[in-house]
Amino acid sequence: MARRYETVFIMTPVLSDDQAKETVQKFKKFLTEKGAEIKHEESWGLKKLAYPIQKKTTGFYHLFEFEAEGSIVSELEVNYKRDERVIRYLTVSLDKYGVEFVEKRRKLKSEKVKEDGKKETEV
Amino acid sequence: MAQQGNDIRYLTPINIETKKKKYCRFKKARIKYIDYKDAEFLLKFVNDQGKILPRRITGTSTKFQKKISRAIKRARHLALLPFVTDLLK
Repeated sequence: MARRYETVFIMTPVLSDDQAKETVQKFKKFLTEKGAEIKHEESWGLKKLAYPIQKKTTGFYHLFEFEAEGSIVSELEVNYKRDERVIRYLTVSLDKYGVEFVEKRRKLKSEKVKEDGKKETEV
Repeated sequence: MAQQGNDIRYLTPINIETKKKKYCRFKKARIKYIDYKDAEFLLKFVNDQGKILPRRITGTSTKFQKKISRAIKRARHLALLPFVTDLLK
């Protein structure tokens, strides 16, 4: 049975924007090739870390939300481990409340974006 | 008999501080899922060293205390919250 998962990973800050995008693309490709359906994707950009990881104080955060079989998760994590550009990752499965929550959050966000767009056009 | 004379009498009943009853904010607000990505919200449940506050202080129910601690630990793993610090707030 397919389940909903959410994965966040942190890339090293030494990458250029293009390199970061390429890394994201790589994992996205991996997921879609393995038959996962990507529901949502979010880039948090360069963020400050709460504590240094591998002597780095900042990192690019990226989030994927996807629906897939559970076996894909371990493969994904092996890929994370092998990739030097990824310094930290976390994959969690979402329960029914989690799914509800992320969908609500997404809705709120898209509404906000719309409102902002409106305001800009008004101004 | 002598004591009776010493009794202090108050015109208004003295205010004895009654403790406010603690409640679980998740049950009250009907929050079902605690997001580990929202570090600002999780800050309410840690002290200024970044330690998780006990139930007896926050008043959270067991069910949600477990979820909170899990969320905080996930946030720490992703460097959204520190493991140890001083003067977090």
